Amino acid sequence: MKIHEYQARQLLADAGVPVPPGAVIDSIEHAAGAYKRAVADAGLGDGGLVVVKAQVHAGGRGKAGFVKLVRSAAEATDAARFMLTNKMFSVQTGPQGLEVKKLLIAAGVEIAKEYYVAITTDRATRRNVLIASAEGGVEIEEVAKRNPGAILKTLLHPHLGLQPYQARLMAFRLGFKGAQVNQAAKIMLALARVYVEKDCALAEINPLIVTPPSAAHPDGQVLAIDAKFNFDDNALFRQKAVAEMFDPTEENPSEIRATRSGLSYIALEGNIGCLVNGAGLAMSTMDIIKHCGGQPANFLDVGGGATEEAVTEGFRIILSDSAVQGVLVNIFGGIMRCDVIAQAVVNAAKEVGFKVPLVVRLEGTNVEEGRAILAAARSAIPTMQTADDIGDAARKITAAVKASRAA
Amino acid sequence: MLSLLRIRPNHPAGMARHPALGLRLWKNFAMSILIDANTKVICQGITGSFGALHTRGCHLYGTKMVGGVTPGKGGTKDPNGLPIFDTVKHAVDATGATATMIFVPPAFAGDAILEAADAGIRVIVAITEGVPVQDMVRVRAVLDQLNSTVMIEGKPECAWDRIALIGPNCPGVITPGPRTGSGESASDPYSRSGCKIGIMPGYINKHITESPKKKSVGIVSRSGTLTYEAVWQTSRLGLAQSTCVGIGGDPVRGLSHIDCLRMFQNDPDTNGILMIGEIGGTDEEAAARFVKEHVKKPVAAFIAGSTAPPGKRMGHAGAIISGGEGTAESKIAALKAAGITVAETPADMGAAMAKAMGIQ
Repeated sequence: MKIHEYQARQLLADAGVPVPPGAVIDSIEHAAGAYKRAVADAGLGDGGLVVVKAQVHAGGRGKAGFVKLVRSAAEATDAARFMLTNKMFSVQTGPQGLEVKKLLIAAGVEIAKEYYVAITTDRATRRNVLIASAEGGVEIEEVAKRNPGAILKTLLHPHLGLQPYQARLMAFRLGFKGAQVNQAAKIMLALARVYVEKDCALAEINPLIVTPPSAAHPDGQVLAIDAKFNFDDNALFRQKAVAEMFDPTEENPSEIRATRSGLSYIALEGNIGCLVNGAGLAMSTMDIIKHCGGQPANFLDVGGGATEEAVTEGFRIILSDSAVQGVLVNIFGGIMRCDVIAQAVVNAAKEVGFKVPLVVRLEGTNVEEGRAILAAARSAIPTMQTADDIGDAARKITAAVKASRAA
Repeated sequence: MLSLLRIRPNHPAGMARHPALGLRLWKNFAMSILIDANTKVICQGITGSFGALHTRGCHLYGTKMVGGVTPGKGGTKDPNGLPIFDTVKHAVDATGATATMIFVPPAFAGDAILEAADAGIRVIVAITEGVPVQDMVRVRAVLDQLNSTVMIEGKPECAWDRIALIGPNCPGVITPGPRTGSGESASDPYSRSGCKIGIMPGYINKHITESPKKKSVGIVSRSGTLTYEAVWQTSRLGLAQSTCVGIGGDPVRGLSHIDCLRMFQNDPDTNGILMIGEIGGTDEEAAARFVKEHVKKPVAAFIAGSTAPPGKRMGHAGAIISGGEGTAESKIAALKAAGITVAETPADMGAAMAKAMGIQ
């Protein structure tokens, strides 16, 4: 699960990580007040620099004009008007664009140097790991490609977590000087603590910055400017406060609808819908559709314990996608019984109707019962074919979709 | 019958050196040490609906189910007449069980694994899906300490020489036996010499005596139903399975691909190895390097998720491409570079295995 930047900022602030003063607004009228408060809290005069940032999960905000630097309440209001009344378009939003509902208005800070720090779980070592780089402010993947030696890593003890000496050592390796060292170490320790306490999958500060020397901070001040958090979905049952930060408007409505029925659904760009049991088989069904020249419209794993009603709901979701021109059902029944699937096919045919080609491949538990149900319903579902194995099924559905498009 | 999971702890002739770790291990650490038809198995969470269903499934397959655990229900019996205990310790003391399958809810799964390890269970099969990753980080650290573990290139390598964990979020493990009965009642089980721990359909598996080609393959997989697909395809081509291990779809788990490859390499009953991976992590890349250096048997592989978009969790918690890591292309390239026969599509898994073994 992902959260917004303003929520990540709040999590960091609560953990004692210093962030520049700022506020979240959801209407144009609040922009001027938020500007004035941000400059006042930061000790800047009128005309102080403030940044207005659209709160969306999609990247590419800066290029799209949804991150703006402003120097007055009037400019802040103009920026807010633009962002709250126009849709954002970037490579990550898709052609339909994205409506922006909330803005973060935060005091601008002078930056002497940018760093990157993050905690994640390293699968190979099965440990949480602190990742840091003195090349901050850019995507870490780019640094990894361009200059892998610039990325430093320290494994966290699985029971004790990040230790102060590890954080200090990392701060020295990153090149922090004087009073910066303890400030940076404290931030890393706080980040590691939040990571474990909140069951994160990623806790990232990018950039972590040092301000130029000032009277109050002769060595400069270490601040978190932007942050990104992902959470372990498996742990949301014990992270109520985190779960409440979920923003359903950021998700595909069909994916949320599927989750409610215990189905795992991911919308894709293609035209062949698929309904499969098991994540690995669902992924490889998508792969073989592509291999046969088709394009999968979705990933859908109905799981092992799904009821007839849940599977029928799966068909409703697939058929509600107007891009779908064919449906492939691929079931290897283990816990899932083939007769349950077959009955759900019959139900969906009655209720929604398969106007597009349908190919069903059943194997495993109760396969004879399942095939009998489908055979009895054959005349009621004229677009249905059955298949013997996964290869046969993929060839049949891609051919049928091609034929129906040509017709 | 030699098979994956048989315990022969005090067999002095069986010592061998671990190929990668340099540790002294039981020679048949392999697929042949942990369980077989005589292994006694309990179920943690036996009174839950899934636990009860699959306890019965294993019982009917022919697995020696000897009881179960549900705290607070000790002293009662399950519908199969199996005794229920309050703790794993009580169950082990009373039954001599050495293996367990865990069906408790995700919030309690980490605790259940540690309880089994503490009670002296040798093979822990965690079926539960949805266990928090941080719980598994902590649990794995404990298991790594209980087993022999050495650091290799900054990575802790666990030998699993005392306690083996399979899963979580996995279908379990099966060493098939030849069919001897209907599988409809405990007095007439499907097989009298097989062992199934978990949720997989037992009847699709074939024993070597049922193989027209007289060859057995070992299967290791991160996916449940894709494993069934592989079993079914290899059976249709006349091959049997020595053991099938579903290692699970979570990012932090017990046995890895490499651990199972090592066991299959050492198991005299395994003639070829089929490895089924998926996007996410770098387990398959590491396994490819291991195969090149240490595995002499024919190996075939399939990787699911060539069409999966980056940044999306594809059903399994561990099936996600993140930070440019864990793509199918990278895994397939590494496997091919190691000389492994890679199936182009999931329809070709059995054929790829047969091809690697030189079977027509």
